[in-house]
Amino acid sequence: MSVLIFLDQADGQIRKSSLEAACYGAKVAEQLGVNAEGIVLGTVTDDLASLGKYGLRRVHSATTEVFNQLDGQLFTKAIADLATASGATVIVFSNNLSGKAVASRLSVRLKAGLVSGAVALPDTSNGFIVKKTVFSGKAFANVAINTEIKIILLNPNSYSITIGEGVAEVATFQTAPAPAKVQVIDVNKVVGEVPLTEAEIVVSGGRGLKGPENWALVTDLAKLLGAATACSRPVADIEWRPHHEHVGQTGITIAPNLYFAIGISGAIQHLAGVNRSKTIVVINKDPEAPFFKAADYGIVGDVFEVMPKIIDAVKKLKGVS
Amino acid sequence: MKILVCISKTPDTTAKIAFTANNTKFVAEGVQWIINPYDEWYALVRAIELKEAGTATIIHLVTVGLPDCDPVIRKALALGGDEAIRVNAESHDSYYIASQIAEVAKQGGYDLIFTGKETIDYNGSSIGGMLAELLDIPYVSLAIKFNMEGNDAIVVREIEGGEETDKVPLPLVVSCQKGMAEQRIPNMKGIMGARSKPLKVVEPIDVTPLTSIASFDLPPAKAGVKLVSADQPEELVRLLHEEAKVI
Repeated sequence: MSVLIFLDQADGQIRKSSLEAACYGAKVAEQLGVNAEGIVLGTVTDDLASLGKYGLRRVHSATTEVFNQLDGQLFTKAIADLATASGATVIVFSNNLSGKAVASRLSVRLKAGLVSGAVALPDTSNGFIVKKTVFSGKAFANVAINTEIKIILLNPNSYSITIGEGVAEVATFQTAPAPAKVQVIDVNKVVGEVPLTEAEIVVSGGRGLKGPENWALVTDLAKLLGAATACSRPVADIEWRPHHEHVGQTGITIAPNLYFAIGISGAIQHLAGVNRSKTIVVINKDPEAPFFKAADYGIVGDVFEVMPKIIDAVKKLKGVS
Repeated sequence: MKILVCISKTPDTTAKIAFTANNTKFVAEGVQWIINPYDEWYALVRAIELKEAGTATIIHLVTVGLPDCDPVIRKALALGGDEAIRVNAESHDSYYIASQIAEVAKQGGYDLIFTGKETIDYNGSSIGGMLAELLDIPYVSLAIKFNMEGNDAIVVREIEGGEETDKVPLPLVVSCQKGMAEQRIPNMKGIMGARSKPLKVVEPIDVTPLTSIASFDLPPAKAGVKLVSADQPEELVRLLHEEAKVI
């Protein structure tokens, strides 16, 4: 018996959200009195044995070339085979794009109940109950998984990474995957930016910034804080900012430690995408902006007067001139 | 080409979320039900566009639910689509729903199945993948563009930090999100026409759900915003550093 954690990679490096899943999975394993094991598909440059410090006893690796592109069907088969061979009773994924694409298929293949968007460790006192977000962050559901094998997709930024001692045993396994049916013909990635879903701090701008030429107020602060940048839906719709920055009900859902909203009124659809952020700061000139009700800190004021002063204060704090 | 579009009903985005019966039941009274926005704006409308362009010949809609879903499915038919199928069952979990839709899909022999990227109530994002596995066909998630090129689908999808273009043979399951199509409003001709379109009701197959909801919780109320004077923005930075400890 074991807890198996899928370690998703980006350009050869294990993603931060997967390391969170590893720590979470290790804790679940401790709860159940079994070992935590990882699975890595494709070639990674990270030292797999060092993943032991996240609580993994063993890391299974298959470096077959075809796994360097994520293919739902092939990944599902490989993970299912390994899960069966290693006697995994709980399989943990990050609730990121790859996790969602693979785990849903795996659920069917293994007849394993799945909970996506988990935000806490399972309650194993009576059955196996996992808390997840529902209604776009407006509520939680406690979902009982009633099957022998359980699949959990952990929301990014919901479980802290803890680093301990330990070295994982690295086990390679052989698979002979069928050719992929999905052929990737082009990849267009934004490089050098902090990925929005994994960012601990997000600085976001809305229509209150009046135009794309004023976005330095967002990007300068983001740079100082090592933050990702985001925007509201209207801003993406009028193409002041790219669509992949749009957070909200119809955009990306995030839960950073700090969400810094500049000139965003906070419509309910926007809040649905950010309301799980641990600390929310709102700068808006309208004291009636609904966002203030959801915020932890706020300044009612003109963003063009307030933001330069905030940026200066952060520079001072960080010792940047 | 035959397309099946999966439709789900969800509470309106502005609906008040509350629970009753010891936090085990969603309070449905007074809730306005809508077509799940991702199913409507992106999946259904793109299917309609493909039919208008002559790429698709037939569009069927499918939903799993009791008769109270009928107004929502009629509304979807008012936008477009040739007929709707309702699997007459309570919805249970994602696996149950995907299994029912897979059965409809097998009967209908569709080339393409569109879903929304998630429902805005359960936020599972799992129906598409489950359906594809049940039918043993490829699944492309989070599509932002979809076109046909010969016998292959060319799909642009979101990946972490960017976009990817895939070429995939049919049959195929695609989950749709923003970018696929522009939102439409049904016109009077559509609304009148929807009344005479067939809405077939089929009985569910026997499937045991894999999960069940034990209870719901509402998030703890926020303590309230701490306002800092606009004359002293540096005070906000101090609070974030020393009190909230987030910077």
